[in-house]
Amino acid sequence: MTSSDAGGPSGPQSTRASAGAGAGDRPGTAASAPGGAAAGRGARPLARVAQRAGQAMPLALRRDGLALLGTLPFFAYTLIFLGFPTFAVVVDSFKTDDGTWTMGNIRTTFQELYRSAFLNSIELSLLTAAIGAVFGGLLAQAVLTTRHNNWLRRIVTTASGVFANFGGVPLAFAFIATLGTTGLATRWLGDLGIKLSAFGFNLYTFSGVAVVYTYFQVPLMVLAITPALEGLRPQWREAAQGLGASTWSFWRHVGLPVLFPSIAGAFLLLFGSSFAAYATAQALTAGTVNLVSIKIGNLVSGNVIAGSQNVGKALGFEMILVIAVVMVGYVLLTRRASRWLR
Amino acid sequence: MAAVMTPSVPAPVASAPRPGAGRAWEVIRAGAWRWAIFLLAAIFFLLPLAASFEFSLRDPHGGYSLASYRQFAKMPGFGSALWLSVKLALMAVGITLALLVPTVTLVHLRLPRLRRVIETITVLPLVIPPIVLVEGVLGAFGSYGPPWLLSTPVNLGFEYVILALPFAYRSLDAGIGAIDLKTLVEASRSLGGGWATDLVRVVLPNLRTAVLGAAVMTVALVLGEFAMASVLLWVTFPVWVVSVAQTQAGVSVAVSMISLLLTWVLLMLLITLGGRRGRQANILGGF
Repeated sequence: MTSSDAGGPSGPQSTRASAGAGAGDRPGTAASAPGGAAAGRGARPLARVAQRAGQAMPLALRRDGLALLGTLPFFAYTLIFLGFPTFAVVVDSFKTDDGTWTMGNIRTTFQELYRSAFLNSIELSLLTAAIGAVFGGLLAQAVLTTRHNNWLRRIVTTASGVFANFGGVPLAFAFIATLGTTGLATRWLGDLGIKLSAFGFNLYTFSGVAVVYTYFQVPLMVLAITPALEGLRPQWREAAQGLGASTWSFWRHVGLPVLFPSIAGAFLLLFGSSFAAYATAQALTAGTVNLVSIKIGNLVSGNVIAGSQNVGKALGFEMILVIAVVMVGYVLLTRRASRWLR
Repeated sequence: MAAVMTPSVPAPVASAPRPGAGRAWEVIRAGAWRWAIFLLAAIFFLLPLAASFEFSLRDPHGGYSLASYRQFAKMPGFGSALWLSVKLALMAVGITLALLVPTVTLVHLRLPRLRRVIETITVLPLVIPPIVLVEGVLGAFGSYGPPWLLSTPVNLGFEYVILALPFAYRSLDAGIGAIDLKTLVEASRSLGGGWATDLVRVVLPNLRTAVLGAAVMTVALVLGEFAMASVLLWVTFPVWVVSVAQTQAGVSVAVSMISLLLTWVLLMLLITLGGRRGRQANILGGF
């Protein structure tokens, strides 16, 4: 989407520059050619372009060079504080504690202990992303289709922006106060004779973490899907109704297919945010729940079996790979979504 | 003719209320799912907040009191943890703005070709989870960096700039895209301004909202960040809150309620300001 913006102005410049360079390589042949009318007519504009490019190029290069120099701090900073640590994670995951190359760490991460953590993380992310996508989508649609919805929209958008950022320690504590052993909801439900533990629910395990993650997944979905829902033109619905479609068949044959890339993209966004999360689960379960991020935290905090110092980095490397794939999918889907919804 | 007419005359009269009733029912039904969703959302999102508040008011000796709220400021470590977080936030905001404002300006004015590259770099912190990044920080700076980098919290401040990069960059990029930068800078140049004048007296004042947005996002992020700080063993505010929770749950809930309210006031300010620029800006809050 922004690529076209960026490509626009730069495109013509670069082609002109390369044309100039191409002509610049051949001035000798052009000059030495006998001054025939056809050759002259063909060569002169070329020479003129070459001349003009020759004058303009050093200047442009110098200006661009200075400007490039100005972006140097940014590149240096990200290289040192982002590139270097990432590079260290990737390289170290293929090294033993002594620094010799090995595939052992990667192999260890596929053993039962870590494989189950990976599977749990993926399952948790799929589950909370699905719940978030369904309820977030419904909530966004409910807000958009309510008449005179200005104030409602304001509240929901603002609240979504706030709640989507509500993660980590305070969120974990809020749920301990709600669904923990002495929590408010637990007590109220207890008064009604309902015990959540009877349904296999425990706040400090997988099920609890899933409920807590839903708290930021739903608002994230509202933020991500609202622009796409707004792009659904009322005319499409009217046209479908005019052809005798029911609400269901409109969604089945028009609405959902058009929205599919947006919904799938938002789903991947939610998946990524859940997969990468650490603080909430750590504060909630004190590192006992079996998720990759928690496993990495335990390994890096020193609760390690000797000789497996770099297993955490191998896990981290694999996490980066998963999220990178998810993000590429997100970018491709959003690009595809913009074809219909503009 | 008449035989055909007679049955059709009462028909509309008889059936007239039916579509009306059907439509009314439809309206109620259509409204019902909406209100069910709103109700469900309201319960799910507000109950934990109410429960936190109730929990923080519980007195250890039974009944309700403000004990937890009175207690926390006197707790050991509270002041130093908060001060550390504030210092880190100021550091991160300072570096973020010093790094990004000139870069974004240059990219928009002179180097549109670099825009994609820089955009991609700023998204990378979303791909690399903080818990993985901190592993790399330990590995990389542990063996190759200067010793002061890991022995002081400064390193944490440097990394928070990276974590805030996606949000800060997008805020500034959107802000600068909304103004006619080229004309403004050309005007400044024709009046004899140099690049420093451009930046400080032309670009910055026009970017107030975007700069504020970037700063608020960075502050909110730093004040709430737990993963990196806890692994690097610096007792920042969230780390302190978690450590308190092990002995005094009420106090930790009370403190996190207060920090939450402060963060939300900041974020709401940002969203209200951002809302004026257009809807797209709100997505920022999301990721």
